This record gives sequence, structure tokens and C-alpha cells, in this order.
Amino acid sequence: MNVFRDLRMGVGFAVTGGREGWTRTLLTAVGVGLGVALLLLTTAIPGALGARDDRGRGRDELAGRVRQAAENTLLVGTIDTTYKGDEIRGRALRAEGPRAPIPPGLSRLPAPGEMVVSPALADLLASKRGALLKERLPYRTAGRIAERGLIGPDDLAFYLGSEALTGESSSVVRITAFGNDFPAEKLDPRLLLLVVVMFVVLLMPVAVLIATAVRFGGERRDRRLAALRLVGADARTTRWIAAGEALAGSLFGLLFGLGFFLIGRQMTDVAAAFDLSIFPSDLDPSLPPVVLVALAVPAAAVAVTLFALRSVMIEPLGVVRTGTPARRRVWWRLLLPVVGVALLLPLIRRGADAGEFNRGQVIGGTVFLLLGVTALLPWLVEAVVARLGGGRVPWQLAVRRLQLGSGSAARSINGIAVAVAGAIALQMLFMGIENDYVKETGQDPGRAQMSVTSNGQLGGDRVTEITDRIRQTKGVRSAFGRAGTRIGDRADNPAEGASLTIGTCDTLRELARIDRCADGDSFIIEPVGSSDRIVGGMKLAAGRQVVIDPSYGMTGLPASRTPWLIPATAVTVPGRVDASGMLYDGVLATPGSVPAAATRNLTYSLHVRIDPTVPDARDLVRNTAARVDPLSTVNDLSWTRESRRFANVRTALFIGTAVVLLLIGASLLVTMLEQLRERRKLLSVLVAFGTRRSTLSWSILCQTAVPVALGLLLAAVTGVGLGAALLKMVTRPFAVDWSGMALMSGIAAGVVLLVTVLSLPPLWRLMRPDGLRTE
Amino acid sequence: MIDTLLSGHELHKTYGATPALAGAEFTVGAGEIVAIMGPSGSGKSTLLHCLAGIVRPDSGTIRYDGGDLTAMSDTQRSALRRSDFGFVFQFGQLVPELTCLENVALPLRLNAVKRKEAETKAREWMERLEVADLAGKRPGEISGGQGQRIAVARALVIRPRVVFADEPTGALDSLNGERVMKLLIEAARDTRAAVVLVTHESRIAAYSDREIVVRDGRSRDMARAT
Amino acid sequence: MRSRYTHWVYLLCIVLGMSIGHTLLGLLESGPRHGYDLKRSFDERFGRDRSLAYGQVYSTMSRLLKNGLVEIDGLETSGGPERKRYSITDAGVTDVEQWLGQPEKPEPYLQSTLYTKVVLALLTGRDANEILDTQRAEHLRMMRDLTRRKLDGDLSDRLICDHALFHLEADLRWLELTTARLSELTQEIRT
Repeated sequence: MNVFRDLRMGVGFAVTGGREGWTRTLLTAVGVGLGVALLLLTTAIPGALGARDDRGRGRDELAGRVRQAAENTLLVGTIDTTYKGDEIRGRALRAEGPRAPIPPGLSRLPAPGEMVVSPALADLLASKRGALLKERLPYRTAGRIAERGLIGPDDLAFYLGSEALTGESSSVVRITAFGNDFPAEKLDPRLLLLVVVMFVVLLMPVAVLIATAVRFGGERRDRRLAALRLVGADARTTRWIAAGEALAGSLFGLLFGLGFFLIGRQMTDVAAAFDLSIFPSDLDPSLPPVVLVALAVPAAAVAVTLFALRSVMIEPLGVVRTGTPARRRVWWRLLLPVVGVALLLPLIRRGADAGEFNRGQVIGGTVFLLLGVTALLPWLVEAVVARLGGGRVPWQLAVRRLQLGSGSAARSINGIAVAVAGAIALQMLFMGIENDYVKETGQDPGRAQMSVTSNGQLGGDRVTEITDRIRQTKGVRSAFGRAGTRIGDRADNPAEGASLTIGTCDTLRELARIDRCADGDSFIIEPVGSSDRIVGGMKLAAGRQVVIDPSYGMTGLPASRTPWLIPATAVTVPGRVDASGMLYDGVLATPGSVPAAATRNLTYSLHVRIDPTVPDARDLVRNTAARVDPLSTVNDLSWTRESRRFANVRTALFIGTAVVLLLIGASLLVTMLEQLRERRKLLSVLVAFGTRRSTLSWSILCQTAVPVALGLLLAAVTGVGLGAALLKMVTRPFAVDWSGMALMSGIAAGVVLLVTVLSLPPLWRLMRPDGLRTE
Repeated sequence: MIDTLLSGHELHKTYGATPALAGAEFTVGAGEIVAIMGPSGSGKSTLLHCLAGIVRPDSGTIRYDGGDLTAMSDTQRSALRRSDFGFVFQFGQLVPELTCLENVALPLRLNAVKRKEAETKAREWMERLEVADLAGKRPGEISGGQGQRIAVARALVIRPRVVFADEPTGALDSLNGERVMKLLIEAARDTRAAVVLVTHESRIAAYSDREIVVRDGRSRDMARAT
Repeated sequence: MRSRYTHWVYLLCIVLGMSIGHTLLGLLESGPRHGYDLKRSFDERFGRDRSLAYGQVYSTMSRLLKNGLVEIDGLETSGGPERKRYSITDAGVTDVEQWLGQPEKPEPYLQSTLYTKVVLALLTGRDANEILDTQRAEHLRMMRDLTRRKLDGDLSDRLICDHALFHLEADLRWLELTTARLSELTQEIRT
């Protein structure tokens, strides 16, 4: 067996084959390199997301909670905020002893009035855009949070040293260590299905890309091999020499890929554009996939070359492509998607019991369906193009060119078709299970646009003050403030009890259907679904003796334990869902109907209507709230809220598809440029005839657009089919995501257009008459 | 003396540092056949490219039918080439994916002639050049001599006033070369087209009425040599 | 000058391809003929540029007779001059066969004359280029004539003219090459 000698010879040709040989090797290396980089990136993403998650959990304050202050305890108050739509994680810290824990990423605790910020937040504060935020956080910046304490480079976070923090608030926790003991949330099997399919969908086009790259410049290489046959090499030898050349290209490609990957992971800005912030060091692929890539890519290069040369006869005097290329048979091409469907079919309806999916079967089914696209496309392009007829000159040129050799065009388009088919299917699956993850909040932004709430124990005066200050803020139309506390049958009652809500008549009307109301009135909300009027373990009725703020014994928080007689005049009224989507129970009271002592420990909730014409009104409200009550929580009210985790998955899908399409666009461009260079002479002749640039430009566009259109059509059909199967698997109704389909097709079409536009300058340069000069 | 149709005066053209033309002169009258000869690299092809308006000379003037070719824009010159000039090159000039008939019809179609009409005319020319039976074939399936005759048909299909032929028989054997030349010259005479014929073969140049020799970028009109 | 070129072409077309003796022998092979008949058919077939002189036929035939390649088949004296009828002998047939089968010796045609002229011009400080170009133009003029005749003529015309054209082309190439090497030649001669 002299296979190795031949391979080595091929490698030699790839390296020493003169300028032409080098160009070819370089093209292959770049193409393979891009593919390899993408493979590494893809295999690194789960790790990256995991690392991100780990750091997120590491800074939680769920572990190590204690009740008693000690020399190793730390008080942590949550002072998260939102600025111009960006969420900012904020924690107020007060050490209760010298051995208090230090949050990850910090070297020491910030002194009172100082804060330690993440680099991204520091940048924001320093920028003009952050001017309003600076008012909200008017503290001295004492340092930066290190990478260890951040989930990503764009993480906005700060730790504030605070003296005022007390353990006597339900918004403050006392801990001895940071971290999270709870097991990580397990990925929903349906979500897992989505992720698995997504990886297959992203990696398939990469495989197609690599397969295409090792065939770059194949025609010219074949001519070179013919010369080898002339000096005595046999057909088998030339084939292995060709494989050797491809091998060399792919080996260089591996190196390039590593380089591209290292460069690419520094470009976190790109990822950030998709709202996904990852540290470069997080993109650290684990060894097994790297080894797999390093072995599989060169092997694939050799295999693809041998397979491609199967139908090419390299004769000593030239290259013969098996005559009229063997009519493409359709049956085995159709077999692939059928096998795919057969694999997916048994899984259908498995989602009903929320069971695990056989991952191998899902991957197999998806791969076969998508392989079906790559196998059917050349046949489809050939079959359709053969039937296309006349038209204008550019169209005629394009169609005839495709008729003569549609194979390479179809090959180039394959990657796009596979990517789009997969993306369409994913979009459908995504839409189908979207409702599971996007929760309807029940909030009504028509009634109020923001809420300011606090669980801290405040006096009635403070609540009034806060309400007034919010109301006076620029951009606020109105603010309905209400304070709340609990009532129980007796003091230190372990039962939950009912709520007592104190507010003006206007405010109370937001919570219940009240006809007449004046200060001094009180109301009992008719309990829903409880005929005997028992709420939280106690019976509510007018004239009944209760204790306000009874304390539940366990919390260690101060309580006023004020006895109160529910006024006999209290009217029972039906409740009403407020703007935050909450349905209140218990007793509603105007300030005049409760004793002053009852208002010592109050929580509050404000609903704010803002003037949409005032810019930054929302941030002005947040600024006020942060000033008057740093521990308050400010929320924007909206109809729906999305699961964070799901948003990440979708983000990843978009990144992946966009990158894959761009890569394929790059390979399309290379193919096109090579084609143009080969036709240099012909182009010059056409110029001599007075052919317009536009004629040839249009011809190039048509030549690319026809296979792409067919590819998109096939992709749409396959994508919808695959999507339907996946939806069946998770028992969701069939629905086509038209907008997603339009978007994917649009991106693909855009890539084609881009390729055409980018190949125009070289075309025009080649259309100069220099090509007519004999060398 | 025949009226001058196309003339070049004091033509200079330099590619990089290599001078291709250094003060070349040229005239051709309507219906006249002029051969441009000279050793390889002497600038004869460059002269043809300049005269055909494919390349703009660095200096000098080219007049065609009373107009100044050197003053025209690229678009205008392209339009002129489409409507008034025909071209035959040595090889590699047929569009490989088009059939022979479509190749011959191409210049007409570039001039916005309807497909049917263009192909009817193309067929007539193919008959005239004795290659009508190749209409449905692709250039890859025909011989070199047939290909050149297709190319001649394509050059003449628009009834050009000047045919530019750059080594039209360069890749052919004697018999096929003679055949192509005979058909080209006869067709040109019939349609009163002038022919500018670049060749290094004197037997091919012998088909001309007059001969110009280019050496080192300078031209010499051999009619004045004796 | 003109006449010399006509003569030269005559040589190229006819004489260089065959000797007159062998040609006449060949014509006799189809049957005995009178000398006058022989001249007529020679002229008809080969004598396009210049007809054969009767005297030349007579002298050639007596040479062939002497060598035993032809014999007198009959004599006619009735009215007019004496007319001999010739027929070919077996030795004659063998001779024609041999001649046909034997390649001709390549000959240096006109070049020796031109070379002498060029060298003479260089030695006397005249423009050798001009000599070569003049010659070249003359050659091409001749080629043009031949080409025109070829285009109008039948196949035998074409074949004969092509032969001349190829030879002229060879000369012309020599002229071109000499032109390109003129400076080299100048140096060699002047040292």
C-alpha cells in the first residue's frame, strides 16, 4: 500500500506547488479554519454558559443565612435597579463583625458610602448616557469587581457599603457566606430538545462548509493531476495525491481555526450585540470535542476528496467528468428525509408526559432530515434549471451556466439551505413552547406604568413622605400609595392572618368595587371561593376584635401588636385586580379608621402613572425611590414577562444562525471569485463585444439567486416539516412562524446579495481588457 | 484612395514600465482589409485594442467615421463596439455555456434585438459560414476550426463596419485556417466591412489589401516600402 | 526585376518539383505521342506561368532516346514538318518509378543572392533594413496575388499556389528573422 506515500506527496504539492498551489491551500485553510473556529465556538458555548451560571450562583446570598448577628455575619440588602432598560444588580452591605464574608470578586468590603462597581457599570457611570444614574448612585467608587464576581463583561453590578442597614427589615438578609446551596435548576426536557436541535442545526452547515472548502479550486487541481498522469501516475495514485492536498489544507485549516477562535472569542462585543455577555476566558472548549475536531476534520477532508473524485476521470491528457453527468437519481435522496421522519415519528407525543427524549434519536432524525436537504438540493436545482428557458441576456447566461454545471452552485447553497431549514424548525418549536416560558403577568400598564414597593418596616409618616416625593417627581402624573400590614386573631399568632391595607378612598377604589367612601370608612373584601369568610386562618367580619401587626414569633422582626376592632360600619365589597395584577384580600381601611399606633410598621406599594412625553420619566422615578428608600423595589408594569433562561437560548440561536450564514457567505464569495478568475479571458472578450457591466452583474445575481431561491424553498418545506414533527413531540399545536421564516429567508437572501455585491468590484476589474493580452 | 474610416495617429501606450506603442500610425478605409504584422510583443495587439476602443491610448488620437474615439467615454465606446465593430480572437472567446446559435446571436441580443429575430439572423450567418448544423451544440463539443467559424459568424452578425480579428487562425492548422480566412474575407467583402487583421503569419496576411508592420511599438506601412 | 520573380516562381511551381525529362516520360506512360502533343499536354497541366519551348522538348527527347528510356514508335512525314512518335521503354518506366520514389534535395533558393545583397549593403554602410523590407513587401505582394488566384481557382490551382505560398512564407520568415538579427549581423561583419 503506497497510500501514505501518495498522501505525503499530495501534502508536498499543497505546500510547494508554487503560487497556485499555495493559493488553493490557503483558500481551503481559511474555509476549513472558519468552520473549525465555529465548531470550537459551538462546543465552548455550553461551558461558557455553565461558567456564567456558576459565577451567578457563587454571588447569591441563599446559602449561609443566619438569624443572629455574629462576628462573621454580613447584612445584605437588595438594591437592584433598572436604568434605561438595563438591569443593574445592586447590593448594600454592612459587616456585623470582623470576619464577615466578602462577596466574590471583591478584595474587601466597601466602607459606608463607598461602592465597588463592575467595569461595565463604571463605564456607564462615566459616560454621558449615565448622567441620571450618577444621581441615583452618588457614591464614591472605591474599586472594581473582579471577573470572578461577574457573570459577563457587560454585567452591570455594584456593592454599596451602608451604615443604615439593619437586620430588622424583611428586605435584608443576614449571611455568613455567599453562594447557593440549592441544586441548579435542571433544564426542562423540552428546552433540552430545543438546545439539542439547535446544536445539530448549527453544526450541520459547518460540516457542509468544511466539505465545500476542501473542494475549493478543484478544477484547476484536476488539471494539475492530469499532468501527473502524463508522467506515469495511475488513477488511484492521483486520487490519493489529491486527498493529500486536501489533508494539508485541512491541517492548516485546523491551525487557522484555532487562530480564528482565539481572535473570535476576544470579540465579545459581537456577542454583546446579541445581549449575551461572555468573558473570553469562559469560551474554553473541553478537551474531548477539541480532539474530536482535530481528528474528524482532516479525516473528513480526505473522505470528501475521494468521494468527489469518484465521478471524475483524470486522464493523462485532461479531465473528463463522467460524460453527461450521470442523471441524478432521486430515490436515495428522498430516502434520507424519510429515514429522518421515521426516526422522529416514535418520539411524537412523548412530550405529553414531560418525559426525557431519546437524544440520539432526535439528533439522528434531525440530521437525516437536514441531510435530505443537502442531497435533494442538487437534484432539485438540476431538474428545475433544465426546464428554465429564455429571457433576457443576463438571465440566459445565468441559466445556461447553471444548466452546464449546477452542482457547484447547489453545493455552495447547501449550507444556507440547511441552516435556514433548521432555523425555521427551531423558530416554530420556539414559538410553540414560548407560551410556557413567557408568563402573562396580569399587570395592566393602562392603569399604571410603574410600581414602587417595599417590604421594609416603615412608619406611616415615612410612607406618606415617600408617596409625596414620588408624586412630586418630574414626569409623574399621579401616584396611588397604600400601606399595608397584617392582622391576626391574636398576637404572636403562627397563622398567616389577613392583610390590612391602608389608603385614601381613591387608592382603595383601585383594589375593590367601592361605591361610597369617606375618611374613616373601612371595607372587607369578599373572599374569593371561601363562603365562610375565612382568610389566612381567621374569620373576617365587621365588629370583630383583631390584632394589627401581630408578629409571627419566628422572624425576630419588631412588631407593634396593636389591638383593633374592625369597625362595625365596615362594608363587605367585591375585590378588584389592581394594576400589578394582584387581587387583595382582607380589610381595606382609610387612614382615619385605624389607630395611629397601627402605622408604625408598614409595608407599602405605590402605583405610578407617568407622563410618556417626559423623557426619562421612569429613571427619574427610580432616582427618587432610591433616594427616599434605597431598599424599595421599582418595577415597570407590563403585560408579559419572559423567562431569562429562554431568552438566552433564543439569543444563542440568533447568534449561531447569523454567524453560520455569514461564514457560508464568505465561502460563496470565494467560490464566486474563483469562478470569475477562471473566466478572465472570456470576460475580456465579452467586454470587447461591448457587453455592459450591468448585463454581467445581473447575470451573476441571477446565477446565485436561482439556486438560492430553490434552496430556500426546499429549506422552508423541510423546516416546516421538521418543525411540525418537533411540535408534535412536545404536543403543541402546529403553527408556522411566518415572521421567523421571513426573517431567516431574508437573512439568507441578504447574504446572497452581499456576496453578489462584493463580487462586483472584482468582476469589473476583470472586465478590463487586460485579459485579452497574451501572456 | 478610399475614404478613411478608422485612423490612429501618434499612438502611445505603456503597460507598467513596458512601452507597447510608441507613436504608431494606422488607417483603414471602408471595406479595406489591412493586416497588422510584427514579431510577438511588438505591440500589434495593443494597436488593435486601441483602434477598437477597448483600450484608451496614453496619447494620440483615434478617429472613427469622423468622430474622436479617444474623447469618448467608456460607455460610449462600449456602445460603439456593440453596434459598429465585430471581433474574432484566437481562442477562448465563445461563451461555453451557451449553444453555438446563442453565441452567434449574443451580439444582436446585446443590442436589444428580440431573441427570435436575433436567432433567425444568427442561423442565416451560420449557414453562410457552413456551420448551421452546429446550432444546438455547445462550444465544448465542436472542433477548433468550427469554433472559429462560429466566432466569425458572431463577429459579422451585427453587420459591423469594421471587423477586428486578432490571430483568428492562430490555433488552427493550415487547412482550417485557410477555410476560416476565406469565409471571413468573402463575408467581409460582401458586406463591405473593413477588416483589421492582426497576424504573425504571412500566408494569413496575404489575404489583406495592405500590410502594416509594427516593430517596438512603431508602425511601418509596407505599401510605402517599395 | 519582375521577370526574375516570374522565373523564380516558375522554378518553384514546376521545375523544383520535377525535372522536365521525368515529366515528359511520365506523360508518355499513358501511350505513344508526338513531340508536339507532349508539349501541349505539358503546358496544359503544368505550364501555367510559362510554356515549354519546343526546342527544349526536342533536346530532352533526344537525350532520353540516347539513354534508351524512349524509342521511336513511328514517323509521319505527310505534309508539314517531320513528326516523330515516341513511346516509353521498360527502362523508361523504371526510371520514372525511381524518380517518383526518390525525395528531392532541398535547395537554397534565392537566399544566397539576398544574403550577398545584405552583406554588401552593410559593408558599404547602406540601409540593409530597407533591402529586407522592400524584399518583404515584394514577397507579400506576390503572396497576395497567389492568394487571390487561389480564391478564384479550382483545387489544382489552390494546391499549386499553396505550395508556392508556403515557400514564400518560409522566405518571408527568413527575411523577418534576418531583420531581427540585423544588428547582430552588422557587428559580426564589421569586426
